[in-house]
Order: sequence, then C-alpha cells, then structure tokens
Amino acid sequence: MPAIEILGLEKTYSVGFWRKRPKRALHPLHLNVEEGEVFGFLGPNGAGKTTTLKLLMGLVYPTSGSARILGREWTDPAVKAQIGFLPEQPYFYDYLTAQELLGYYAQLSGVPARERVQRVDKTLHRVGLRDVQGMQLRKFSKGMLQRVGIAQAILHEPKLVFFDEPMSGLDPVGRREVRDLMQQLKQEGKTVFFSTHILSDAEALCDRVGIIYKGELRRVGAVEELTSSVQGKVEVIWQGSIPASIKALGAECHAAGDGVRAIISESQQDAVIDALRRERLRLISITPVRTSLETYFVEQLRRAETTAGSTA
Amino acid sequence: MQNSVAHIASNTFREAVRDRVLYNLIAFALLLSGAAILVGQISIEIEKLVVINLGLTAVSLFGVVIAIFIGIGLVSKEIEKRTLYTVLSRPVRRWQFIVGKFFGLAGTLVVNTFFMAIGVFAALLYVSHKFVRSDALILVALYFIVLEFLIICALALLFSSFSSPLLSAVFAFSLFVIGCFADDLRNFAGMTHGLSRWLVTGAAYLVPNFSAFNVITSVAHAQPVAGQLILQNTLYALFYAAMALSGAVLIFERRDLK
Repeated sequence: MPAIEILGLEKTYSVGFWRKRPKRALHPLHLNVEEGEVFGFLGPNGAGKTTTLKLLMGLVYPTSGSARILGREWTDPAVKAQIGFLPEQPYFYDYLTAQELLGYYAQLSGVPARERVQRVDKTLHRVGLRDVQGMQLRKFSKGMLQRVGIAQAILHEPKLVFFDEPMSGLDPVGRREVRDLMQQLKQEGKTVFFSTHILSDAEALCDRVGIIYKGELRRVGAVEELTSSVQGKVEVIWQGSIPASIKALGAECHAAGDGVRAIISESQQDAVIDALRRERLRLISITPVRTSLETYFVEQLRRAETTAGSTA
Repeated sequence: MQNSVAHIASNTFREAVRDRVLYNLIAFALLLSGAAILVGQISIEIEKLVVINLGLTAVSLFGVVIAIFIGIGLVSKEIEKRTLYTVLSRPVRRWQFIVGKFFGLAGTLVVNTFFMAIGVFAALLYVSHKFVRSDALILVALYFIVLEFLIICALALLFSSFSSPLLSAVFAFSLFVIGCFADDLRNFAGMTHGLSRWLVTGAAYLVPNFSAFNVITSVAHAQPVAGQLILQNTLYALFYAAMALSGAVLIFERRDLK
C-alpha cells in the first residue's frame, strides 16, 4: 500500500481584484510514494511544491482531484494523527517556551497525558534543544526555530512526515544534523516526503525524487535512474601522448605526468579506443561519468523552458 | 480530539496573559481608586452614584477595547504568521479552532472583568465605607457587560475570519457604536415608510442591541432589574454570539490558507 497516493490533485487560484482571472498553481498531479521511502520533491521557487503540501495538509482546497494518505482519504482527521508537517520557514507562538509549545502540540496531536512530558523531553533532546527548553521562542535564532519545527513534526511519532524545505536557514552543521535525522527516520521505517531546491540534499537522502516545474510534475524516479537517462560522458585514461586523431574529435584532454585524462561523449568511445590501439598507447581505464542530480535538474528545466517557448 | 477546543482556548488565554493585556487592570484599578478619591472630594451626596457609573462604564469600555483589540487578530494573525499551519495539520478541525479561540478570548474577558469588578467594589467601599443590599445589583450590570463581551468576541472573530485586522477593528467598533443606539434605530424605523422602512427595520434588528444590556444608570440609582430582562438578555446574547460564531466557522471552513 502506498503511503501517499495523489490522484490528480489540481489547484487553480483566482487572481486580480476586480476582474478575477484563473491562475493554475498545480496541474493535475498523479504521484505515489511507497511506505518507508524518502521522497524528494524538487523544483525551483514557485514551482508548486508548497501548494502540493498545503493541499495534502488540507490548508488549501483542491480545484479537483483527491488523495489517499496511509490508505485513508486525505481529509480524514484520523490521518492527521499519523502525519507530521514542517511548513516552510515555520513561525511559532513566540510567547511560549520550546517545552510549552511542544506540550501544546502534543495535546493537539492526542498524545496521552501520561506520556506527554516524557515525549516532549525526548524530542527536545533529539533535536538538540534540551538546554534551551525553558527559553521563550522569541529569543530563538532562525536555525533553532527550524529545529523546533522539526521537533513538532516528529513529536507524536508519526508514520509519515512532510517537510517543506527543511534545510532552509540552516548552517552546514544544522543541515548535516537534519540529514542525519531524516536518515534515522527512514531507519525507523517512517516515510519522509520533503520538498527542497537544494539538490545535494536530495541526492544524498532520497530513494526517489520528483521534479516539478511551473505546477507540472516533469519526472519521477530514483536519482541514479534519472541521471543515467541523460546521455552520458565517459572518462578515458591512458599512458603516453595525445594522438592527433583524438584531438581532432574535440575531446577535452588533460595531461598529468605520464598519464592523459580525456572526457568524451559515449558515441566517441570506440573511435578513441581505436586511436589508442593504432598508436599502441596503454589504456588504463574507461569510466562512465555520472551526471549529478543538479546537472539533470538544470537540463530538465532548460528542456521545459524550450518546450514552453516553442509551443508559445 | 474533543479536547482540542479546550487546548486551543487555554492557549489563547495564555497568549492574552503573556501579551500583558491583563496588566491594563492594574492601571485601571489605580485610575479608578484615584478617581474615587477625587470624586469623594468634589461631589458631595452623589459620590456613590458617580463611582458606580464611572466604574461600570470603564469596565464596559475597557473590556470592549480588549475584546476588539485581541479578537480581530485571533484568526488573521495566525494566518499571516502561519502559526495556524502546524495546528491545522494535526487532528484539529477548523470549527474547533474558531470555537477554541472564542472561548479563550471570552475566558480572558471574564477574568478581566472579575479583576476590574474588584476595583469597582474597592472604590465603592472607599467612598461609602460599607456595602448595602442594593449594591448586589452591580453584579447584574457586570453580568450584562460580560454578555455584551461575548457578542463582541464573536463579532470580532467573524470579521477576523475574512478581513485584515484593521478592517475588522473598524467593522467591530462601528457595530458596537451602532448597537449602543439600536433602540433609537428601531424607533427611527417606525417613523419611516415604504422600502426604507423595511431596510431600516432590517438593519435595526440585525445589529446587536447593546442598549438593552446597559443598566448601569438604573443600577447606580439602586433600581431593581427585572428577572425577565436577565433571561431575555442571556438568550439574546447566546443566540447572537452563536450566530456570529457560526458565520465565522462557515467562512473559515471554506477559506484557502495561502
């Protein structure tokens, strides 16, 4: 059973003051996220990531479509007891202390009274805020507030966690900690759905990613699967000189000491090997160059722009 | 989930307390005591009348200002600051949020009124040196003031559910002022004809009739308040607040939290 089943959720807002005109924030979205999976929802700012999350949280209503979360209708209040949500740039009741805030959220999430204190304490410890648990949130830094946000999302031990830009506003150490925490959640068997535009985080954490652009889901798949679909390059290393025939192919060659390293396209691979044989040069290695998610992502956005431009 | 209303109400109360709203009471109590001393010196024979009038009017006005001031931001501020997102993503229904906010604010005003009433009774004791049986009527006037607050809380929430805090304040305060003259508006409706009669009558019955809640002058003159009026005002306030609150829930249930 998928943890999240999005069945054509769509959102169109009315914009303008006098003459309202429709603005589509999300095209019909179909997406499944399996249980125990870490799913990255990628896209530039304004792509529709937050709209999707708000729709799933019931904060905005869809124009059409529906969704199922943990096997139930997404509007079912019972579902909400089993999910956690961290909004983008969270803001909390700043007159409360971290401990009071988590206590309040524990009450609203239905954590039994006898477990509440212990659960709050454990969560504060987990996100590294135990030392400042009695401090009012108005005195917290942005990074500390982000930790509070994560704490409130996992406090009630949900089966499924939604994070909207969880690394936003965090320094490198904070980002590492959040990554570790997400990995721990995965190890605990929880499903994590998070939106981000920081691709290295997605690459490091996700089992699968979805790329959304201008409200439309462009691609879904495992990082390796997506990046390998881009026509690859090959790194060839050999010993000796650089043959003129290889130079003529326009290959980028870098000589260092006795060795030469060249990055060529896959289609040129045979020609390069033939040239090395002819010149009796010693081939050391041929390795496919893996496209990074970032390269893939930029490529996808460029393609989407081109398609949009040509249809306009 | 049934407790969500109570949890939200308690947090709203805590917010009001930490917002230092209740600390206006200290200023109020000091002001009233000072006024009582002054009144005692300048108005011989009627000092008690002036203290009751001044005290209860102040309780009513302070409370209305607090109800509007806090009420208008209860929903809109939560949307604007997005604190609502982490509440509504839990097993909390939207109506529970509105009703919880209402009870939180109503509770704040009841506590507020309680402390302000102590100030009034203290000032009364200062000028008259003892309490008499008719002073108990002040409690009826205070009860009516609390009923008035319930209506204003619900109206402030209603406006807060669809407009900005500034506009909500203007709407709520205008309605309060018009409501204080609801009797005059009804009389005026009786003097008009045709379509305007229908319109003015409709408007006169739509606005809250706060004039029916004002028994301060008669209480100051130790005139008893009819039991029927107490019952009537109680039912009217509960009905009006419930209607305004239902309106707030209906609007909020349909609203996209962008």
